Amino acid sequence: MNWETVIGLEVHVQLATKTKIFSAASTAFGAAPNTQACEIDLAMPGTLPVVNKQAIDYAVMFGLAIDAEIGKTSVFERKNYFYPDLPKGYQTTQLEKPVVGPGIVEIQLDNGDTKSIRIHHAHLEEDAGKSLHEGNFRSGVSGIDLNRAGTPLIEIVSEPDMRNAEDAVAFAKKLHSIVTSLGICDGEMSQGSMRFDVNISVRPQGETELGTRTETKNLNSFKFMEDAIHLEVARQIDLLEDGGEIIQETRLYNGETKVARSMRSKEEANDYRYFPCPDLLPVVISDEHVEKLRKNLPELPDARQQRFMDEYDLSQYDASVLSADASMASYFEQAAKQSGSAKLTANWVAGELSARLNAETISLEQSPVTAEQLAGLIIRIADNTISGKMAKQVFEGIWNGEGDADQIIEKRGLKQVSDSGALGAMVDEVLANNQAMVDDYMNTDPDKRKKKLGGFMGQIMKASKGQANPQQVSQILAQKLAKML
Amino acid sequence: MHNFTITELIDGLKKRVFSSEEITQHFLARIKNLDSEFNSVITLTEDQALESAKLADQLLADGSASELCGVPVLHKDIFCTQGVRTSCGSKMLDNFVPPYDATVIENFRNNGAVMLGKTNMDEFAMGSSNETSFYGPVKNPWSTDSVPGGSSGGSAAAIAARLAPGATATDTGGSIRQPAALCGITGLKPTYGRVSRWGMIAFASSLDQGGPMARTAEDCALLLNCMASYDDKDSTCIDRPVPNYSANLGDSLKGLRIGIPKEYFSEGLNSGTEQAVRDSLAEYEKLGAELVDISLPNTELSVPAYYVIAPAEASANLSRFDGVRYGHRCEDPKDLEDLYRRTRAEGFGDEVQRRILIGTYCLSAGYYDAYYGKAQQVRQLIRQDFTQAFEKVDLIMGPTCPSPAFKFGAKGNDPVAMYLEDIYTISTNLAGLPGMSLPCGMVDNKPVGLQIIGNYFDEARMLNAAHQFQQVTDWHQLAPAGIES
Repeated sequence: MNWETVIGLEVHVQLATKTKIFSAASTAFGAAPNTQACEIDLAMPGTLPVVNKQAIDYAVMFGLAIDAEIGKTSVFERKNYFYPDLPKGYQTTQLEKPVVGPGIVEIQLDNGDTKSIRIHHAHLEEDAGKSLHEGNFRSGVSGIDLNRAGTPLIEIVSEPDMRNAEDAVAFAKKLHSIVTSLGICDGEMSQGSMRFDVNISVRPQGETELGTRTETKNLNSFKFMEDAIHLEVARQIDLLEDGGEIIQETRLYNGETKVARSMRSKEEANDYRYFPCPDLLPVVISDEHVEKLRKNLPELPDARQQRFMDEYDLSQYDASVLSADASMASYFEQAAKQSGSAKLTANWVAGELSARLNAETISLEQSPVTAEQLAGLIIRIADNTISGKMAKQVFEGIWNGEGDADQIIEKRGLKQVSDSGALGAMVDEVLANNQAMVDDYMNTDPDKRKKKLGGFMGQIMKASKGQANPQQVSQILAQKLAKML
Repeated sequence: MHNFTITELIDGLKKRVFSSEEITQHFLARIKNLDSEFNSVITLTEDQALESAKLADQLLADGSASELCGVPVLHKDIFCTQGVRTSCGSKMLDNFVPPYDATVIENFRNNGAVMLGKTNMDEFAMGSSNETSFYGPVKNPWSTDSVPGGSSGGSAAAIAARLAPGATATDTGGSIRQPAALCGITGLKPTYGRVSRWGMIAFASSLDQGGPMARTAEDCALLLNCMASYDDKDSTCIDRPVPNYSANLGDSLKGLRIGIPKEYFSEGLNSGTEQAVRDSLAEYEKLGAELVDISLPNTELSVPAYYVIAPAEASANLSRFDGVRYGHRCEDPKDLEDLYRRTRAEGFGDEVQRRILIGTYCLSAGYYDAYYGKAQQVRQLIRQDFTQAFEKVDLIMGPTCPSPAFKFGAKGNDPVAMYLEDIYTISTNLAGLPGMSLPCGMVDNKPVGLQIIGNYFDEARMLNAAHQFQQVTDWHQLAPAGIES
């Protein structure tokens, strides 16, 4: 039987506010445990929440970015459950009246197709703290770190509009791109700034009713999400094909061991007893305020992609790669403007630089090669001072802190020979020393002679110690060989 | 000296008839000598009191003293006091020392008032008799086999016994007015949002309101001048200038329209209480006021609505008491579930557990609409009753509670009978309106309270009406037997 997969996502996005959603404690990542939890975060008796207006603005900005209805009056509710890292015994969140209503996110698939994913709503809520269980803390004891408790989140809930892991990853990446472009989230997945809950069901191809779904919670990388989806889809199909039944449940996936397990079934689910939080007034957002935020909205990834195609004449693919991440986009633009060669800059940013950053798992902000330095390198490629091959060595030098492109070219004597007289003499010499190759070339069927050119090129480049300008050499070589015929 | 009102004490302090240290010593000695009989004070803060009295005396000498400078007061043990145990009448918080002051406490401190100690109360303010306190019941100074009312029974009894000239209290369903009535003193519950709830341990957040207790309306005005403030740490606090509540106490009551709700004189009202209230209303007519018959048709729905809303909010508010971060923790929990179960079973008394269970039930899936949803609709109807009434009248008057102080244990086995104690007071909390109680007669040698309900933020008019009554009557000057000297 052919099966169709149906996927919906719930995405938790940590908002990049300086302070927490209901207190003045800092949200900075990585502080010593419990040093960023004030009496409100600790839920001391008599303390009261005051909502962080910046968090509301950020949520509204997200709503505007996905063309959603903005909740003019949104209401915080209490979601009641006991857990040691939830100090109040309830999470303050939104249910009936979220700040962001239905919207649309367009995703682009690898084959160039686009697809619309509907957003059911997005709501504001507070994050919980962290429980550090045995092994991560002290033997026989669990620890609680409340630094994260009260960090503002928006939870973005999609409709079940995705049909495979590729859709889901594209959607997740698009959300990442939107929230980082808006500057409302730092996008640091490894620090938990974005976390995904994936609802998955399968059904026979052509069936319109949805199958029973499971929810795999708390995936914090695109790769883990992709793997978890493949695993869960396969599990469900296997189960159904063996005549089994899917149980509605919450599952946990371990990205390291690549194993998923059931956490709790629907029957074991909490009754959260939601009700409006009496300590917080409904949040009323005026039309004027929404318009002000709309006017000041930063450039969004789709608009930027189009602009890169128009302004820099980039291919759709290059434009989409470079526009997805706000910091990469600005890096590219700075380097492209300084170098004057947008296409070449695009190749270097999306290619060599990104690969290197990925390999060393560091962010663009931490890149040892600045946009200015990359532009300096590209200028020297464009004016034929160095070849592409030399450029890689120069890049390596800049990365290692040896200086700017020009300093490294100078120091390493990497200048490319582009003097046609010198190059002509070099070509003559190689032809004279390799009579057998020349004869072979002459005796080859004219249609297949092109393939023989590589041999000459190799010899010439070797003779020039790699400094000959390859384009010029190949032109001169072609001319000289033609004359000899 | 202990028969002086706050007004008289302020006058004596200013004229240097006595020092703050002297009167502080005097009241501390009274509490130490006499309170073993009444049990109105949980924690005596003798050292701090004498220290602040000395400081107050310096300020008084400098002439830079604020209105309440040097005046000794007691605070209900529901207000968090930095460095001083704040128990809320519960075993759960028997060891809790807050690292912060409630805004109300801060206001008193800034005003130079001297804190004598913290008063006894029903556990988490849940009770109408002060029998639910972990620290034992408070006894009514008028009749020590009778209850003082609750939940602010400690504050009321202490004032009646002349252990302090004034005290803070809180009112969620009548917890200022009912004990004020039963102990023959004057107490005011302000409009919801007038007094900050920051640092006031929450029972039912949408109903809780702090207010003053003293022997006279004039003193309550002085205390409210200090207590009322806008506080950006409480989102439900209303940003509105605080008038000088002492300014218009002398205004004539000519033409004042007083509404008499027929529902407040129905069956269940003690005949002696009714007579005392009717006599007082006749007194108001003599002062020039006009009595207008009105109806508050939804009064009988107020108790059931309240006993859904208040426990629902309480069930969430009290979830934070889990033994994890502060307060009582059971011995040697074997796992998390055991920690929660035993900590809460040991830390909370029966009435608190009863209300948590009621509230949890009312909010549960499948019951929410029938209970919580319905109760919110009733709340709306009750609010409308008052809005319509205040189109015709300036103030509403009636009994504070159905009968004078009852004997200990009289309603102990019948929670509903206890809940009906608040039938006349609860609806003002549901509507968010201000209400007060002042002594207006005696039945069986026990005080009777007259309740005054005002429109939103009309505390000054209420205090004026009460003060004028106290100019022509002496019920507020009566003291329990053995207290006079």
